Amino acid sequence: MATTAPRTMFAKIWDHHVVHAEEGQQTILYIDLHLVHEVTSPQAFEGLRLAGRKVRRPQLTVATADHNVPTTDRSLPILDPISKQQIDTLRENCRQFGIRFYDLDDANQGIVHVIGPELGLTQPGMTIVCGDSHTATHGALGALAFGIGTSEVEHVLASQTLLQSRPKTMELRVDGRLSGGVTAKDLILYLIGEISTQGGTGYCVEYTGSAVRSLGMEERMTVCNMSIEAGARAGMIAPDDTTYEYLRGRPFAPRDYDAAVERWRKLPTDPGATYDKSRVFAAADVQPQVTWGTNPGQVAPVTGRVPSPDDMADRAERKHVAGALEYMDLKPGCAIQEIALDRVFIGSCTNSRIEDLRAAAAVARGYKVATRVGAMVVPGSGLVKRQAEAEGLDRVFKDAGFEWREAGCSMCLAMNPDKLEPGERCASTSNRNFEGRQGKGGRTHLVSPAMAAAAAIAGHFVDIRQWEYKT
Amino acid sequence: MQPFKKHTGLVAAMDRANVDTDQIIPKQFLKRIERTGFGRFLFHDWRFLDDGTPNPEFELNHPDLRGASILLARRNFGCGSSREHAPWALHDYGFRVLVAPSFADIFYNNCFKNGMLPIRLDEPTVDELFARAASHRHRLTVCLETCRISDETGLSIPFEVEPFRRHCLLDGLDDIGLTMEHEHRIAVYEKAHGLISNP
Ligand code: SF4
Repeated sequence: MATTAPRTMFAKIWDHHVVHAEEGQQTILYIDLHLVHEVTSPQAFEGLRLAGRKVRRPQLTVATADHNVPTTDRSLPILDPISKQQIDTLRENCRQFGIRFYDLDDANQGIVHVIGPELGLTQPGMTIVCGDSHTATHGALGALAFGIGTSEVEHVLASQTLLQSRPKTMELRVDGRLSGGVTAKDLILYLIGEISTQGGTGYCVEYTGSAVRSLGMEERMTVCNMSIEAGARAGMIAPDDTTYEYLRGRPFAPRDYDAAVERWRKLPTDPGATYDKSRVFAAADVQPQVTWGTNPGQVAPVTGRVPSPDDMADRAERKHVAGALEYMDLKPGCAIQEIALDRVFIGSCTNSRIEDLRAAAAVARGYKVATRVGAMVVPGSGLVKRQAEAEGLDRVFKDAGFEWREAGCSMCLAMNPDKLEPGERCASTSNRNFEGRQGKGGRTHLVSPAMAAAAAIAGHFVDIRQWEYKT
Repeated sequence: MQPFKKHTGLVAAMDRANVDTDQIIPKQFLKRIERTGFGRFLFHDWRFLDDGTPNPEFELNHPDLRGASILLARRNFGCGSSREHAPWALHDYGFRVLVAPSFADIFYNNCFKNGMLPIRLDEPTVDELFARAASHRHRLTVCLETCRISDETGLSIPFEVEPFRRHCLLDGLDDIGLTMEHEHRIAVYEKAHGLISNP
């Protein structure tokens, strides 16, 4: 589309991928990369078979098993027969339709949102979909990436396109610099707390501002990952030298890399382009965050207290908060740092990359996990795991009393055997604190990797800014 | 897909905000590889006690709500995971219409793909429907042709649905079939963008 009017990055990527648009119809949008996993795909493949359809572009489709996989010894058979069937089904579907599959014994296996960027499959300017709501993670590299349902997975498999209504755009600008001890996870939890869990509904969010620009590549992924927790299907950050450095040399990075970078440099939002909505925040206001409720917007600074339902503006919210506190077994006014923990989980597509593990290991080094706490670290991918082991991080964790596991989603959603018992309280680096998310009756508090490691050692939440690091 | 034109049914009111898809269909039921049979797991962890018997406190277990097919809820219904198992479970249980002040995007979209109609109404109107639903076995009629909700007492509320989605639901059209009518355009796009060397 030839136009000289200034455009947002979203508009540039969207316009470039329009196959067909008609008034009063949804747009047919071309999809550059389709990521597939075992839980949301079997019914889609079955649909293709029933309709006698093929996968249109198997070479633009990549699959792995992550949600359901055991994180213990991979040489042993999978004990849960239904989990095994789901993974076997994916393997067979990939074979039948000619799709690349990173199986459990593949060095590249891992959480789908960790391996995409890591392998260089994710690239600026692409449209990327996956039957998983955290697909926005890939937006950190300047892609338009969003989660889809299983019917849409089938649609993309069959046509390599998706029917979409154009979302509105929202800019979340964060000026300044995050202070010491405050991480990307704290930033995104803070933003969700500010705009609410439905503030982004109907929008594609672009994170901008100096605080976002100064984030490293993996930190950007943490921010974009949780866009859905603010209701936004897609979240993105403009590519820049941080992005280009990150992607250079990765297995699937473009062969003529410099030419690709030249193209990518045209992607960022033009000066003068407008968003449907813009909000501005100051990085200095962000402190280490801890969620106290049963949705990610129910969050407070680590120095804060659990609020009271009476503090809420309307009846629906009062009821929701009262229910959350009851489920979480917390009293209004309780100091966040007094909350004691039973379990700690470091992992998930939000925080299981090498920098996350480094941050957690730095805290854990030379300490021991509190006796009443069970703590585990689950790397996001086989490659992250090997890198961490090469750096000796596994030893730091094991010496401190953390369990060190194989890659997968694990206790982020507890479909595999890693789960909370009823009533157990967990500090988790994942992205959802919904009721029962980590196991029926389990209570989840979302935090950054460093805060999670510190909580494991202290047995309760502590302000990471006061931590004494040992070398 | 079954066309949806008009539906009359019993209303089940669920006075909860931010009902997430982990509650609608908990993860232990996502391992199935079929599309059907999820209804008996709908709201499982709320609906059943630990010993597997129905939880008498849970809204949908009220004897008066047996056979409900219209679900009334509060804001941000269906937030969280993209799992289409959530609409599958609601549909399989018997729901055909969902009414709330707002729905999460992916969930909203998934409903249409399964012949279910999610209706967004402003909060005061939803309050009004909650008040009415409090009376014994309140029934509503939802007409997609006229885009109106009505009841026997003369209630008549307009609602809006994107024209394309409305059209697909009214005629029970299959999205993939529709898109495949444009297959030549997809091929042209792929060629123009050098995506496929040997189309
Ligand atoms: S780590 Fe958790 S949120 Fe991420 S893809 Fe896996 S289950 Fe989903």
